[in-house]
Amino acid sequence: MEFKFTPENLQKIELETKKYPVRRPAIMFALYLAQEQNGYISHEVINEIAGILELHPHDVLGVVTFYTMYHQKPIGKYHIQVCTNVSCMLRGGYEIWNQVKEKLGIDHMGVTADQKFSLEEVECMGSCGTAPMLAVNEDYFENLTKEKVEELINSLK
Amino acid sequence: MEKIVLPDIKDIHKLDVYIQNGGYTAVKKAFSQSTDDIIDQVKKSGLRGRGGAAFSAGLKWSFMPKTTNKPKYLCVNGDESEPGSFKDRQIFEYNPHQLIEGILITCYAIGAKTAYIYIRGEYHKWIKLLQKALDDAYAAGYVGEAMKEKFGTEFFCNVYIHKGAGAYICGEESALMESIEGKRGYPRVKPPFPAQNGLWGCPTTINNVETITNVPPIINKGWEWFSKIGEPKHPGTILFGVSGHVNKPGVYELPSGTLLTDIIYNYAGGVPGNKKILCVIPGGSSMPPLRGDQIEGVKMDAESLKAAGSAIGTGGVMVMDEDTDLVKVLSRISKFYHHESCGQCTPCREGTGWLDRIQQRMVAGKGSVTDLDLLVTVASQIEGNTICALGEAAAWPVRFMITRFRDYFEARVSKEVDLAVANKVHSMRHTAFPLADIKH
Repeated sequence: MEFKFTPENLQKIELETKKYPVRRPAIMFALYLAQEQNGYISHEVINEIAGILELHPHDVLGVVTFYTMYHQKPIGKYHIQVCTNVSCMLRGGYEIWNQVKEKLGIDHMGVTADQKFSLEEVECMGSCGTAPMLAVNEDYFENLTKEKVEELINSLK
Repeated sequence: MEKIVLPDIKDIHKLDVYIQNGGYTAVKKAFSQSTDDIIDQVKKSGLRGRGGAAFSAGLKWSFMPKTTNKPKYLCVNGDESEPGSFKDRQIFEYNPHQLIEGILITCYAIGAKTAYIYIRGEYHKWIKLLQKALDDAYAAGYVGEAMKEKFGTEFFCNVYIHKGAGAYICGEESALMESIEGKRGYPRVKPPFPAQNGLWGCPTTINNVETITNVPPIINKGWEWFSKIGEPKHPGTILFGVSGHVNKPGVYELPSGTLLTDIIYNYAGGVPGNKKILCVIPGGSSMPPLRGDQIEGVKMDAESLKAAGSAIGTGGVMVMDEDTDLVKVLSRISKFYHHESCGQCTPCREGTGWLDRIQQRMVAGKGSVTDLDLLVTVASQIEGNTICALGEAAAWPVRFMITRFRDYFEARVSKEVDLAVANKVHSMRHTAFPLADIKH
């Protein structure tokens, strides 16, 4: 599938490169934009970014595979990230994880058949004082209980 | 108790409120002094890094070369990925301008024209909040080229946010620089140190968000004032993030040297159900855990915690009550480091995998006592044999947890599970004593 940045996004990337003495550091920003526009990071995305930032596609691919927040496969409309690290675990993180897993019928990095939900067991998100927590796309939901989780997932249309 | 980093002033995150409360006067004061004076004051204040290593901030700044034709950089570490640590997000949300002002002073002191604030990618909300504050500061002429006019100086600097994308290792200073350069976050071999060879081969200083936020009050109120707060060898306040089995988890700004038991029982409201404490990790998940009977009288500062057999780390206090399954907890910690090892050094890449897999076997009830010795051996072979400190971060919890809770682990991996054995390492008490007299 072909991928081209929208003119607005191209402009944003150009602006981002101005923050640095060289063009390369804008990779991470460009990947976020591409993921927003395309849903995931495809080979075409990698080639497009390499072209814009005057890099070899391998440089871009290396970044994509190193960081967990870039997805090389399509994810759901709602990407649910449940923290099970120690502070969350001590306050019921695994109960929340199992509950969401069961409710959605998918496991770690799974996507529901209707592409609505995807699920990820994540490492510490920095919400230890408000554990247990999960994130839906970019938003944090903290101090969770089973009821709150049930309500939250039902509310995602 | 006066709060330095997160003062109790309503809406202090807004530029006008910050200015009404004396904001951006410290940077003005700093500009009227020489850079050597500023570094000297921060050195004398005793301010130590809040990111984990507790290194003298002023000393770090003084490593920056005075004469160089290369540009100099400041990196502000807001990666905050250490499990149990959630303090920097409070600064982004509640006191962003003090951070920005601290960055301006630091840039001036070290001669940097550009600062990058590295924030973990998951903090979308806090990146937006800080960006808003930064935009306001730019618009008002406090940051960027407009500074020249605002402060009547030759000096100016630009401040940018660089968003991470989910890699614990990027909190390590050299990996952080690699990440800003748009590369995989592989830590660099030291030496050369960042002050000689940092971002794009140029002199660079890396400081934690909380460290930098402490700078404006030091300049404003003087180093003597700061050096008298808390423990003399590690002065100032520390943001303690308390999590796990406590009634009131959260971030508490307290003088260094506050008793660990006061933090747990008094500030964080004690343990739910008045249970006893089995284990406390005082500084984020990579620091050596303390047994419940080791925490009495332990003060929370770098030197005291070292003496107590642990370390201050990021000040993330994780509390575990007597019913906690430590085998599962340690296994979860090792799973984390296995996941986050960057794979560069063989001892860490392979060792963290072994630690993780052996413990998965233990959690599944198929462990044996010899596994405990094997774990300690593997951990000891990672420590000190890696480029960065992730090796120690992975090894310490395993080595110290197993040696300090040997009876507990032996009981768990033996055929006859007898949790009663572990009771003898529980803390002595259930509830709070009155707040001890703390020298402020």
